[in-house]
Amino acid sequence: MIERIEEQLPGAITDHHAFRGDVTIVVTKEKFLDVVGLIFKDGYQMLVDITAVDWLERQMDGRPLRFDVVYHWLNLTSQERLRIKVPVADGETVPSLANPDLPHPFKTADWFEREVFDLFGIPFEGHPNMVRLLTWQDFPGHALRKDFPLDGGDPFCMADSTAPYAQHNPTTNP
Amino acid sequence: MATMESIALSTQQVDGDKMIVNMGPTHPSTHGTLRIVLELQGEFVTRATPEIGYLHRGVEKLGENLSYHQFVTLTDRLNYCSSIMNNVGYSHAVEKLLGIEAAIPERAKVIRVLVSELARIADHIVCVGINAVDLGAFTAFLYLFRQRETVYDLFEMAAGQRLHTSFTRVGGLFRDLPDDFFPLAERFLEECLPVIDELEGLLTRNPIWHDRTKGIGALSPEDAISWGYTGPCLRACGVPQDLRKSQPYLGYDQYDFDIPVGTTGDVFDRYLVRVEEMRQSLRIVRQALDKLREIGPGPIIVDDYKVALPPKEKVYTRMESLIHHFKLIMHGMEMPVGEIYSATEAANGELGFYIVSDGGKSPYRIRVRPPCLPIFSSFDQKVRGRLIADAVSELGAMNIIAGELDR
Repeated sequence: MIERIEEQLPGAITDHHAFRGDVTIVVTKEKFLDVVGLIFKDGYQMLVDITAVDWLERQMDGRPLRFDVVYHWLNLTSQERLRIKVPVADGETVPSLANPDLPHPFKTADWFEREVFDLFGIPFEGHPNMVRLLTWQDFPGHALRKDFPLDGGDPFCMADSTAPYAQHNPTTNP
Repeated sequence: MATMESIALSTQQVDGDKMIVNMGPTHPSTHGTLRIVLELQGEFVTRATPEIGYLHRGVEKLGENLSYHQFVTLTDRLNYCSSIMNNVGYSHAVEKLLGIEAAIPERAKVIRVLVSELARIADHIVCVGINAVDLGAFTAFLYLFRQRETVYDLFEMAAGQRLHTSFTRVGGLFRDLPDDFFPLAERFLEECLPVIDELEGLLTRNPIWHDRTKGIGALSPEDAISWGYTGPCLRACGVPQDLRKSQPYLGYDQYDFDIPVGTTGDVFDRYLVRVEEMRQSLRIVRQALDKLREIGPGPIIVDDYKVALPPKEKVYTRMESLIHHFKLIMHGMEMPVGEIYSATEAANGELGFYIVSDGGKSPYRIRVRPPCLPIFSSFDQKVRGRLIADAVSELGAMNIIAGELDR
């Protein structure tokens, strides 16, 4: 699979490794959709999961590529799994797989990408409805970032909130 | 000041005849705190917007700050109807990361299979029973829940807890099954099968049940895969994907069982698939009990004190064991650096754990891939243009467990 991608899209894979039988490939953001199109034709049609990992201080090729967006694919015919990682910097967008203009949009990407946006603050380009999924719209910060405090910071997470009830809360607005 | 009439009028002018109804967060048919905003045109749903996150506890964030052993208790609170399967799935993932899958004692594997299948039966009982209650068939629910009580009695014997079992440990189980577990398990096997037949007698050929379930939420296999469906919901659409068969773990390839598959993926097909899966799970339980008798007493956790705690009598009498105990509690296991994704077939579908380890005491990142999040995301598409009553039927057959959905 890796050879085939390298043959057809030279330079798309920047790194790959296998650990305990799990194959991981690292793909640049620009070539990501092309790679997805290629592996889709190859049978990796089930998008099992989208998540992200926050490497707070990481520098790659001199750029502060803080996040890895991690995709897990399953080939239902051969039962092989493939993990694709896309490194991005803080504030950078990633092409959305839920984009209805794609030749094969993955409907399941809709909520998974919203969850990643909610908990990591990584926006997806072309997503039809890029709003938070698990926390509320005024939630300050993104909970799964490594610099987000474990206890949520202030007890009601409402110090910078613009929600109307926060203004009347004596504990957050002395 | 706005009067009630003027507000009502302005809403009507904006929305036409549309009516906005909140289903949840405390609606009886939502089974947990989830909210669905329904836009109605008369009795028909024109749009359904699920609002989730009411039960979001930040399990993944907590996991980054707890040791690998401590996280077991949090997995109980994912799918709380079959918590033991989450324990098994999580321990299996950490064992894959450690690379000690081959070292797990046979007896521990068989007990894990046994309790997983019991949990699958209990979970399907909840799903089918509650779905039937929502649609007005109360008797089936009562019959089934007596069997579910027996399963929970068995769990209580095994783990000391009915719901939050925390039964597994990394490398095995925290204790062996007690002797009085087996007579009750045998009795359960005898009693459960007639009850499933009785359930089918009540529902499978019931014309009211047909009216309320057939054709609702039908989905093509291609769409189901695109939506990321797994488990009974995917199999009801006609895709024979079951991780127990296709990627066997815990020695599932040594058991004899079949994978029921539906054709249309509607609520009725999902009901049939779940009922048949209960029968197949009973078959696996039978084989697991026989296997346990064959294996006889033996270790139930790996013999490696760098992974599993030494037995208490050794800790109190031997210096080395005390040191191992102390090291394991204070510094945790020696984890390799790397990342793994491990999936098991839970009652709802593929329960995946993605663990990134930087070699530290706690995972650098732990991700729970809940089976019902992708399934629930298709809710809007499936109920559009249908009646509110169909939405209730569809919601029940999806088997949404809020603890797992929101994490």
